[in-house]
This record gives sequence, structure tokens and C-alpha cells, in this order.
Amino acid sequence: MATQAADQCEAAVKSENPEAVVVRFAGDSGDGMQLTGGQFTLSTALAGNDLATFPDFPAEIRAPQGTLFGVSAFQINFGSTAIETAGDAPDVLVAMNPAALKVNLAALKPGGLIIADTGEFTKRNLDKAHYDANPLEDDSLAQYQLLAFDISAHTVEAVKPFGLGNKDALRCKNMWTLGLALWMFDRDRKPLQEWLKQKFAKAPDIADANIAALDAGHAYGETAELSGPLKQVHVDPVATEPGMYRTITGAEAVSLGLVAGAQLAELPMFFGGYPITPASAILHHLARLKEFGVTTFQAEDEIAAICSAIGASWAGQLGVTSSSGPGIALKTEAIGLGIMTELPLVIVNSQRGGPSTGLPTKTEQSDLYQAVYGRNGDAPMPVIAARSPADAFECAIEACRIAVEYMTPVMLLTDGYIANAAEPWKVPDPASFPAFPARFLTEKNATDADGNPQLLPYKRDAKGARPWIKPGTPDLMHRIGGIEKDSQTGNISYDPANHQLMTDLRKQKIEGIAVPPQDIALGEGAGKLAVVGWGSTFGPIHQAVRRARRKGLEVSHIHVRHIWPMPANLGELLKGFDKVLVPEMNTGQFKTVLRDQFLVDAQPLTKTSGQPFKIAELEAAIEEALA
Amino acid sequence: MNDMTPVQTTLKDWETDQEVRWCPGCGDYAILKAVQRTLPQIGADPSKTVFISGIGCSSRFPYYMETYGFHTIHGRAPAFATGAKLANPELDVWLVTGDGDGLSIGGNHLMHVLRRNVNMQIMLFNNEIYGLTKGQFSPTSREGTRSPSTPYGSFDHPAKPAAFALGAGARFVGRGFDVSKHLPDVFKAAHAHQGAAFIEIFQNCIVYNKDVFNDFAAPKGAEDRQLWLADGEPMLFAKGTKGIALDRDALALKVVDVEGDDWQSAGVLVHDVTNRSVAHMLVELPFGPFPMALGVLYDDPAPTFEAGVAAEHDRAVEGKENNLAKLLAKGQTWTVSGTAQDPV
Repeated sequence: MATQAADQCEAAVKSENPEAVVVRFAGDSGDGMQLTGGQFTLSTALAGNDLATFPDFPAEIRAPQGTLFGVSAFQINFGSTAIETAGDAPDVLVAMNPAALKVNLAALKPGGLIIADTGEFTKRNLDKAHYDANPLEDDSLAQYQLLAFDISAHTVEAVKPFGLGNKDALRCKNMWTLGLALWMFDRDRKPLQEWLKQKFAKAPDIADANIAALDAGHAYGETAELSGPLKQVHVDPVATEPGMYRTITGAEAVSLGLVAGAQLAELPMFFGGYPITPASAILHHLARLKEFGVTTFQAEDEIAAICSAIGASWAGQLGVTSSSGPGIALKTEAIGLGIMTELPLVIVNSQRGGPSTGLPTKTEQSDLYQAVYGRNGDAPMPVIAARSPADAFECAIEACRIAVEYMTPVMLLTDGYIANAAEPWKVPDPASFPAFPARFLTEKNATDADGNPQLLPYKRDAKGARPWIKPGTPDLMHRIGGIEKDSQTGNISYDPANHQLMTDLRKQKIEGIAVPPQDIALGEGAGKLAVVGWGSTFGPIHQAVRRARRKGLEVSHIHVRHIWPMPANLGELLKGFDKVLVPEMNTGQFKTVLRDQFLVDAQPLTKTSGQPFKIAELEAAIEEALA
Repeated sequence: MNDMTPVQTTLKDWETDQEVRWCPGCGDYAILKAVQRTLPQIGADPSKTVFISGIGCSSRFPYYMETYGFHTIHGRAPAFATGAKLANPELDVWLVTGDGDGLSIGGNHLMHVLRRNVNMQIMLFNNEIYGLTKGQFSPTSREGTRSPSTPYGSFDHPAKPAAFALGAGARFVGRGFDVSKHLPDVFKAAHAHQGAAFIEIFQNCIVYNKDVFNDFAAPKGAEDRQLWLADGEPMLFAKGTKGIALDRDALALKVVDVEGDDWQSAGVLVHDVTNRSVAHMLVELPFGPFPMALGVLYDDPAPTFEAGVAAEHDRAVEGKENNLAKLLAKGQTWTVSGTAQDPV
């Protein structure tokens, strides 16, 4: 039967796109699908394929077993050419139960391969998934290729020697399935076996059982292959820039970028956080990096998280906080104080579906207004958006640089997709980033009318930044706060002209931040159509523009990292195109900012389904715009 | 406070050049002077001293202290102070808050800074009213308080700051009032305490809640209505003619008469600042049947939060190196050789 699997899989794969394969693992949220996907990702990376992943899991921790809302899925797109999205439609769907099949079937490519565990297609589970009849047994899956066999039974059989109870034995199902998948795509099992040994070092029986399941799944494919004439599917390694690579998620990349940024600023880092999906992973990563001068503080709420970070910045460390939309809303007043007192601070916003609690585990880009405009008063703040997990590393460093050099809070936007998704990352050399050491004032910085040394806490440098003065420094005692301050002494001032001046100075400082000129991600610097994106839409836009260009369409891709202030050349650049299309996962927020700033006729292409753009959707929009 | 080398200063060294903007006659002036009088006596160093406040009349305090000061946002001062203290444990942190700032909008943060036991002095100016916003009732206002927002009288049950603090896990609870000559002694004890030291200071708002504390704070008859507690001393008041004893049947405190100097046979309790059970009773003592308990009600240090953070840090970094290049390359890696190729 596995021979048939290879045959079908190859057919499914080759019929559409021989360079890349999209596989989706779907099961119950207790089935370990994220882990299966993660390990398959690692083996794929080790095999030298480029890849992108999309973990898609429910907000419930352990939803009732077998239910439609408890389905957890992990999609991976890998291939021998550059991969920039998790793929539109899977070629292969692994469905561990009826609910997983029902929820994910619509995404599967026509003619795609379904691998299903018949052991879970019981009357009870079919009922839970609202199936009247067993879809594996009627003709409802006729347009797909179906490979259905009892994975559960095979797994139980494979782990029998280890004396596990039925429940524990069945928990090895995901490893059996992974073993089969590894065989199908000609992957090395060794790293996984090593990983299992490490993970279950304290319970060698469990490790051995899982390894046995993995090997059994692999052998199931292999044995069948020996008896048949067909080959496994082999995806060649991608031609890519030489160097050392690893896989990285956005949350890891942000964490590492913050650590690197703090080191480049020669500062200890203080991270104030509060648990929230999908931002918590950053807190978790940083909590384990104390040897890098990182202090993490899990505060009592979002407000205390940012306030403690500002307190730490005031005391001379690099304050960082992180959250998602609803948490950022709570932090807003404190961000205003950070802007008013002009202290460095990095705020990471891992965006999710909104408003309110919205869709905690689904992705959206709908906090752009919140980032750029969302405060009381005239409160300008730099905003940077990461385009991918790997890009998040550099963006985090850039956020630290701006915060320290300009004495300002900076917001770094990522989203749930970037935070959770993994991609290969060329490990950078930390020495290749220019340092931006923080400077603290150590003596009075002015002279008063009588010729005596005087401290002016708001006297600005050429960049418009005020000095950073650590409490504890002898003789530089002074007071700061949220009330408007005199433009030099920092003392409370209600003077109308001073408030006008300070409002202007705060605005000019942020607008004057040196950001690199906008580059073109793909295509020419002028022409018929520019597709302008920001954040995690990079992958699908890039692929769609590439495909359109192959068809001869005159279209360019521009992807903006610096959302505020924007690159100085961006306005002129956009005016060089007849049309500007702005795809984003909101109702058109960046489009509005572009129109406002540059008076360009930017047209929106919006999507708020909680799912990333599909390449095909964007391709269609490009063709329509150029029709 | 921290162990630090004493610095010679005078009261004048702690005054700023800023014009003090509280209403004439406000109790805040007296508290300001009490603090400025205390700091030279404890050898505090102005450059290592920080005052952090929230929002409200009391929270203007930092502007008048020649130290580092941070006037933050409403209710959140404990969070800023926690971050500052963790970033630099050398700082001697004083937190200034009020009944609205600390117990209404900021109740959550006050609770957590106390339970974590971050080393700082927390002065809560309790005037039982919102002063800066012009006189609305506050969480400590007595039932029936008429204010712009409660024209028919409030009916909330008031919060008891000292009881709140103890309930939140405070290891030091002190109490005083603005014009009391004992206030600096309470500050000194709070400063000597290692950990979060909570001080409730009854403060007279002469505009919106005038003389609301006169029932016990007025000089006339103060002896009968104030119970000044001192560690190791019997709980006596009314010139030693009355004392506080334990009603063992009711498991509560009671007032007893003392004949001559014989407080022992009257069963008067000796104040033990480390006795948490008695402290719980003292913070709950209803004024009227009992005098107002003042001074150091409770003082029993426990490990501080910043010491815990430092110890955890030391444990966590042991045997590990700060090597960013290695960190970036952590986990499973693979190497690609050959020439780069433009995928387009």
C-alpha cells in the first residue's frame, strides 16, 4: 500500500509543481501535530531544501478530543527553489482523525493525496466531526487520491515491546506518521532519533517507544518500496547562498535580535512581559538567556510590564516589553510617558486577529493604526515591521539602535504568522553589525548665566535626542515626568510657547530618524504597477509578483520595513508607477497612511480571514490591476 | 534601603529650586519637611536616592526633592520602581502615592510590589479624597462622604490601607500623620527595613476633606486617642492609664484600664513588631472603641525580590558564557557550500 503511496504522492506532486511540495499534518490538538511538523521541518532543512511553515492551531489548550474546533494543523512548503510562503494548497494532507479531514479538506489540491488513519474513523469520531457517513468509504473523496490504513494499530503493534499502556502507545502515532513522511521524502531519521533520546532522556522507555514508532513508520514505506518498482519523492536541495544555516521562528529571531541589539548598545537588557498569545514565546526565550545580561520580569499585568521596562530604562538599562494587540492597548498610556520623558524602549507587538480578544492564534496586520497613531496627544513613535522570521532578527537590532540613538520608544511589528513560523536562516556574524554604544551623561552639560556648570536634561544633540542620565550619577539629580517640561531644564512648564516648541521638537526628532532608502524587492523602480507590502505578506507578494513577471507583466514588488518614519524616497518611488496596489491583512491601514503621506492613489487589497494571503489570490489581483 | 556609606547633608540640600504648588496649609508640606528632615539623619546620598510617584497631589512630591525623581502615570509607580530597582539595586527608592493612586487605579500594582517585597519605602498619603481632581470621594472615604460625584453621600465600604498592605504580604507596616513629630521615626524604621516598607500617612486635605482626621490627630486629647507602638514596650495610651490586651475568648484585642504602673496584671500586651497575628489585629482596630494605632505596627524582614532575582541570575549563568556567535548558531545547523544563485 505504501508503494501506492509513493506513486500517488509523486503523481500528486509532479502534476502541479515538481520543484516544491506542500504537506499539511492535521490532527487533534492532543495528537502532537505541531511537534510532528516542527521535526519534519528540521529534517527538511537538514536535507537542504528551502522551506516555509504555517502552524495553525486552536486557541483552546486541549479542546475536547475529536471535535472540529480542536483540530491542529501544521503546513510546510519545501522545495529546490526559493520558498517564501507556506504554500497555497497542500499536495499531501495527513489526517489523523475525521475532524482533521473535514476541516482541512477544502484546502487540499484537487488530485492531492490524503493519508488517513482508519483507526480513528470510528462512529463516535465521525459523529463528532458531523459526518453522516465514513468519507473513506463512500465516493466523496473521489477527486483526491486516498491512502487509508490503520496507523493506530500499526503504532500499537510497533511499541508493544516497551510495555506501554494503550493510551501511551497511541501517543506515539505522530512519530509513526512522521516516520512514513520521512521515508516518502527521502529524509534522514538520525537527527530525530537523537532528538527523541535527548527529549526523553529521563524516560528511556518512552524514547525507545517513540523511536520504534518512527522506525516502524519508515519501514512500512521502505518495505513496500522494495517490493515495488516506484521511487520515493526526492526534492533536490535548493541552490542558496553559502554559509551556515539553522531554522528559526520569528519569536526566536526577535529574542536573539534583542539580545544582539542590547550588546551592540553595550547595555544590559530588562524585559518586562506578561503572558499573551502569540507574544509569550519571546518572554520564554529570553528567560533562558540570563548569561547575556538579560533580566526578565513577568509582571502582574501588561501595564506593569511596560512600566517596569521604562523604569529600567530610566535606571540605565535597555527596557523592552512585548505583547499583542490587546496588551499593547493597555500599554498605550505608558508608551506616551516614554515618548514624553524621551527614554529608550523597544515594544514588540506580535499582532493577531482583532478587535478585542479577536482571534488570538490567527494572524492579522490590523495594529498598524495603533502603532502609528494610537496614542493620546501628538505622540510620534518609530515603527518597524519584520517581513519574515529571519528578517525579525535584523529588525529587532534596528529597533534597539533607534531607541538608543534617538532616546525614544520604538515599536517592532511582527504577527502570529511570523512569531510561530519557521524558516531557514543564514546564521549571521554578530561582528558584522555596527555597534551603537549608549552614552550616559556624567557631568553637567551647560553653563548658566553666572558661568556655573548647569544640568539641562532636555538639551538636545544633533539628532534631537536628549541626554540619558542614570540615577546614581553624582550631582546630576533632576526630575522627569509626564507633565510638559521646559525645553532645556525639564522642569514643569505650562508655558504655551514651550508646549508648541516641545511638540515640534518631539515630531522633528522622530521625522529626522535616519532610515535607509526604500529598495525594490523585485522588478524595476518605475512602471505600470507597484505591489507595496509590509510585514509578513512578503512571501506571497514576492512569489505572486515573480510569477506575474514570468508571464511578462510589468509589475514590481516594494516591501516597506520602516513604517514610521518612512524612507525619504518612498513617495517619489511610488509616483513612478501608474498604479499602486497595497495587499494587507486588515481593511486597508497602510494604504491610508501611504495616501496621507504621499497623495498617491494607493489601492487596497485586503484580507481578514485569519489566514495568510495565497499566492494565487495576489496573482489574480495583479492581473486584474493590469488588465 | 541599602547598606550605604553615610553622606553628610542638611535639610537644605534636599530642597529643589521649584516653587511648591500644594494648597497653603496642605498636610503635604509637613510630610515633605519630615522627609527632608529624615534623610540627613540617616546619611542618605541625594544622587543615589530616587523618588517615584504616580498621579495626584501627593505624586508631585518628587519635584520638590533634590534627588532623582520620576513623576509617572496614574497608579503605576510601583511598576516603574520595580524596574528601576531591578536595573540598579544600589538605588534607594522612595515611592509616593495616595489613596486614589495607590488603592484605586493602582491597587493591583501596590499589591504586587508588596507581595514581591521589592526593597523600597512606600509612602501612601491617605487624605480620603481625590484632591487634584477637585474633591470626589476616594476608596478610603468614609461611608456617607458627600462629594461632587456622591452628592447624596457615598455608600462604598472604605478600603483600609494598612490592612490591605498586610493582607498583600507586606513585611513592614507603619502609620503616622502629616504633622506628627513622630513621623521621621516611622520613616527611619521603614528605611532601615530591608524590603518593601509600607507607611500609611494620614494627610489633611484642607480644601476638600478638611480636618477629617481631627478625631485622633488633633493635639487636644491626642493622648487618649493615639496608641504609639514601640517594639518591646507595652501597648499603653491615655498617659499609661489604658492599655491594649488580648481577649482570649474572642481572639480579639480589647482596651483595659491600668492601675498605677501595673500594666502587667492588666494583661497589657508588649508590642512585638514581628508578631504577624497581632499586626493583623492592629491594622483592623476600629477607631472609636479603640485609639488609632500608630508607629511601626509590623516589621519582620523577609528575602527581597531583587535579592531573589540576583540569586536566580547567578545560578542560571553558572558555567555559561556570554557568547553571542555561539548563541546564534545554537541547535542543529547545516552548511551550504557553492555559489550563490539568484532565484529570480
